Formats: sequence, C-alpha cells, structure tokens
Amino acid sequence: MIAGRSRAKRRLAAAGLYAAVGLYVAFALFPLFWTFKISVTPQSLLYGEGITVWPSAATLDNYARVLRATDFPRYFLNSVVVSVTTAAIVTLVASAAGYSLSRFRFRGKAAVAFLLLLTQTFPLVMVIPPIYRLMGEIGLTNSLTGLIVIYTAFNVAFATFLMQSYFDGIPKDLEEAAMIDGCTRVEALRRVIVPLTLPGMGATLGFVFTAAWSELLFALMLINSENQKTFAVGLLTFIGKFAVDWGQMMAASVLALVPACLFFAFLQRYLVTGLTAGAVKG
Amino acid sequence: MASVTLRNVQKRYGALNVLSAVDLAIADGEFIVLVGPSGCGKSTLLRMIAGLEDISAGEIRIGERLVNDVAPKDRDIAMVFQSYALYPHMDVAANMGFSLALRKAARQTIAERVAGAAGRLGLEALLARLPRQLSGGQRQRVAMGRAIVRDPQVFLFDEPLSNLDAKLRVHMRAEIKALHQSLKTTAIYVTHDQIEAMTMADRIVVMHDGVVQQVGAPLDLYDRPANAFVAGFIGSPAMNFLPARVWRAGDEAAVVLADGGTLAIDAALPVRDGDLVTLGVRPEHPRIAASGALAGEVAVVEPLGLSTQLYATLAGQQVCSLAMGRVAAAPGEPIRLTAEPGDLHLFQRETGQRIG
Ligand SMILES: Nc1ncnc2c1ncn2[C@@H]1O[C@H](COP(=O)(O)OP(=O)(O)OP(=O)(O)O)[C@@H](O)[C@H]1O
Ligand SMILES: [Mg+2]
Repeated sequence: MIAGRSRAKRRLAAAGLYAAVGLYVAFALFPLFWTFKISVTPQSLLYGEGITVWPSAATLDNYARVLRATDFPRYFLNSVVVSVTTAAIVTLVASAAGYSLSRFRFRGKAAVAFLLLLTQTFPLVMVIPPIYRLMGEIGLTNSLTGLIVIYTAFNVAFATFLMQSYFDGIPKDLEEAAMIDGCTRVEALRRVIVPLTLPGMGATLGFVFTAAWSELLFALMLINSENQKTFAVGLLTFIGKFAVDWGQMMAASVLALVPACLFFAFLQRYLVTGLTAGAVKG
Repeated sequence: MASVTLRNVQKRYGALNVLSAVDLAIADGEFIVLVGPSGCGKSTLLRMIAGLEDISAGEIRIGERLVNDVAPKDRDIAMVFQSYALYPHMDVAANMGFSLALRKAARQTIAERVAGAAGRLGLEALLARLPRQLSGGQRQRVAMGRAIVRDPQVFLFDEPLSNLDAKLRVHMRAEIKALHQSLKTTAIYVTHDQIEAMTMADRIVVMHDGVVQQVGAPLDLYDRPANAFVAGFIGSPAMNFLPARVWRAGDEAAVVLADGGTLAIDAALPVRDGDLVTLGVRPEHPRIAASGALAGEVAVVEPLGLSTQLYATLAGQQVCSLAMGRVAAAPGEPIRLTAEPGDLHLFQRETGQRIG
C-alpha cells in the first residue's frame, strides 16, 4: 500500500493515515452525534448540566412525545410521498433525456443543453414570487402535487447532466454489438444499457430524494395547512413563541434521518461503481 | 454464407466526403481485407455494411438482398469490435449465447452451440467468468466466439487484433485464418497493418482518403501496384522511390536519376523522351555490382543474420537494399548498385499512376 523502507515506518504511515481519516469522520459526524445526544437528554437536564458529552440520564421521552402528541407522523408521510415521487419521476425523465443527449445527434441539441444549464444559474429567491403566483393560478398551492411539480422541475436539469455523464461512460460499441446480435435500439437499451446504468440511476435517485427530503423554502412558501406540511416545515413548529423545544425537535430530526438512511441502504448495492469494467480491451 | 456487393457506395458527413463511390464485389466465402492508413474510411465502410452507419448514396447487397434500409439485427451478420464490446454484466456463456437467446433458440441448442464454439477457441474453462475476470487475449477470443456461435452470412472484423501484444497477434492471425478455412464464411476484415492484410487475405482492398486505390490478391498488389500509394503501403521494408526522367532513343529506353545515374527500362513501356516519372524499386531488387550504373555511398548496414539491410545514399536519397546472407560493406564506403529492367516500377510523377 504505502512504499516505505522499514516496517516501523510503514506502520507509522498507516497510523497517520487512519488518524487523518478518523479525524475527518469525527468532524463530519459530530453534528449528527450532537443532535442525537440532545434528543435523548431529559428536558430537566438540558440546561442544568452545562455542556457534556453525554447526559447523566438518558430518556426516550422526546421520541414518544413527538410520535404520539404531535402531527409529526403526518408530516413524515407527506415528506415520504413527495420525495419518493419526485425522485422516481426525475430519475425516469433525466434518464431518457440524458440518454438522448449522450447518444443522438439532433437539431437544437446544443441549445437544449444550454437552456438546461441556464436554469441552474437563477437564484431561488428570484423565482419564488412568480412561481407562487403561477401555482396559485392553477390551484396547486397548499398541495403535495404542487411540491412534486416544483421539485421535479428544479432537479431535472442537474439530474439530466448526471445521467448523461453516466451514459457517456458506457461505450457505444456495446449497444452496437447488441444491435448486431439481434436487438432493436430499445431492446439494446433495456438488456445492455439499463443494467449498466443502474448505479447512475441509483445515484440520481438518492441525490434527488435527499434534495426533496430536506427542501424548506418552497415547502414553507406554498404550504400552509397543517395536514399538507412536510417534515422540514413541521420542524419549525417546535419553535414556539417563547421557547424552542430542543429535545423534541432533535428527536424529530433523528427520526427524519431514518428514511433517508434506509433509502441509501437500499440503493447501496446499485451505487457500486466499476460495473462496466471488462467491456473493452484492457 | 453469401456474397456482398457494394455499388457506388458513398458516405458524407455534411459537406465532408468520407467515402467516394466504392464499388466492390465480394464472392461467397471470400476473405477480404480492407487496409489503409488511419482515417481513410475503413471502419466507416465496414459499419455501413453492418448497418450501423447510414449510406449517403449507392447500394449494398448481402447475397441477392438489398440491405440499404435493413436494420443491423436483420442483416444476419456478426461483428468483432476492436474494443471487443463484451457485455460486462453477462458471463462468457451468456455473452456468446446472447444472439441465439434473442432469436428464442431452445436452451439446449444454445448450450450446444456455445459449447461447440468454446471448444474451437479453447474457452471451455472460462464459460462462467465475467469479462472483467479475463485477460485481454481471452476477451478477444470470447468476442470471436460470440461471432461464430451465430453462424452468420458474413463476418465483419474491425481491427480485432490491434490490442494484443505482437506475439499473440501473430498467433491469432493464423488462428482466424484457420477458422475461416474450416467455416468458409464470407469475411470482411479491417486493419491498418499491411502484414496482416498480406498474410490473411484472399483479396486486399487498399484505401486512401476514402477512395479505393486497388483491389487484388496480395502478391498481385505487391508485384503490380496500381499507383505509388499502394506501392509504398504494401511491403516492408517499403519500396524505394526516386525521381527520374525518361531517356529514349530508337529501340532503347532508360531512366536518368538526379545525379545522372542511368538504368535501362523496358522499351515497350508507353513513355516518351523527357517524361518526368517516379522510379520505384523494392528493397530486394537492387543488386550490389562493381559494374553497377548507380554510384552511391553506404550509410548504414544492418546485419539481421539471415539477411542484411543496407542503406545507401544515392542521388541525394536514402535507398534500402535487402540482400540474403552477409554483406561486406562499411558506412562511408562507395558502393555501386544496379537493377533489372523487369524489377523496376515506373509511376507518373504528377498523378502517381502506374506506367509499368
Ligand atoms: N461522425 C463523424 N463526423 C464527421 N466525420 C467523421 C465522423 N466519423 C468519422 N468521420 C471521419 O471519417 C473518416 C474515416 O473514419 P474511419 O473511422 O472510417 O477511419 P479508419 O480508416 O477506420 O481509421 P482508423 O484506422 O484510425 O480506425 C475520418 O477522417 C473521420 O474523421
Ligand atoms: Mg477504424
């Protein structure tokens, strides 16, 4: 792994490497840990104990209250519906668009690519007022469908580029070999290209899911009825007029991580890269 | 098996003319090699026969059938790609059986045909592996296997050996040739390596800048190249070219080199006194002789054991001479060379066309 003159030196180098990686992981995970820590700290100890790494007593009360006494399960379900639907639609559309950008030559291709890129350059705050008007006109404010439409529109451009780069990475020869072997273009796509693009689709799905799951601005603007709120908006309900219920808020946050984690655990086997290894010479 | 006929086949990309008016009649069972320098349009022509590339004009027939508008999958051809293009997510057996599976062949038939092809190519032990678990040479074999499992009308090869090391390339060359002799399927083989072309082809098609220069049996091309390009492309070491002027008086004819050296040529050739020509001499033809008409100086001597390659400076140019056995000569020494009229090639200076 690491070239070194003596065993001891190599050990030292390896130790240094692990220390650096460990430090990085600790740095990345610290906020998560802190969230979790506060979620299990009883209300009475939160301000009483000062800053400690772990409270002297831990409790699941916050979780129980979030699940039983608030609208959180509802927000949760809304978020799942919005995020999964958005991720599925965007991945399908972006795959089709990315494939045609990668494989076909057609008039106006450069213009299409440019316009897609252009959509990525607008600051969000600039487009919120017109979108609010627009959605009001067609009756999509205060509805999950409205959110899905907006999220899809805002994610599809980037996702298309992402998918295009995956398709670009699959040699054209493979499709052509399949077409000579007896496939139509569509069959070649289904039997050869799609299986090889699954990691890309998985990554896109995960990316869009996360973006939709944690989106706050549009959800805040477009939704005001209690039963249509997503969890990101719901979190704000813990900020009362006079106090913030940190314990419950953090418990809700930890719960919100669960679907995201499950989603990525499910995707992980598709995220393995290097699936096209062995297609060509080497 | 089938013949392949190209009539006035053209390819343009916008204003760019990549192939101009290719006419070619390939007989049933023939092994044809398309050869030419990089970018001359060999792959494009092959891909047009495969149906992977549109035809701008002309017609292509496989057997009697006009295939201009037939999809690749319906042309009954098999192709081996330079990159091999194995399906990375399928094991070797699935790769080889893919085309039969698509044709809804019975499981039993597929297994038999795959086993048969694997046996021919020595792939039996690898059938359960994925392409990424194979060496480059093994991948190449699997690509071949995938083609022969089909038993197609025509085999198409696009530089299938160019990613192999020199030794394996020579071995596979012989193996493909043997395979063709036993299967007798029409084959069209693209390469830029003229040695591959010479050793494998029944007939060679030499291409340059999208134009077919000459079609013929390997030794016909070697002995009677149609123009200076073919003469220079076929043969290694390459033919020597020297600018010369024709001298003619009565029944005698000769060429005069830049330094005044004179070589007799066949008087029956259609040349006039004063014509500007390019003289072509294959390295094996100049003979070292004390009475030789051409005087030069030895530049480099390369003894190869079996033969000796000698480079001499003649009329201001390097000329390669290949002699069997050993040659006693040292750099800097004067040398005299001569060549028989029958071994000389003459090309028009302007057009490069063969005179004789
Ligand atoms: N899509 C394209 N658009 C424009 N020109 C192209 C296109 N594809 C190929 N060409 C041109 O057509 C010519 C022939 O290309 P081709 O691939 O047939 O060459 P080749 O003889 O196979 O060369 P090589 O030995 O390098 O593989 C080249 O000059 C190339 O630049
Ligand atoms: Mg090529």
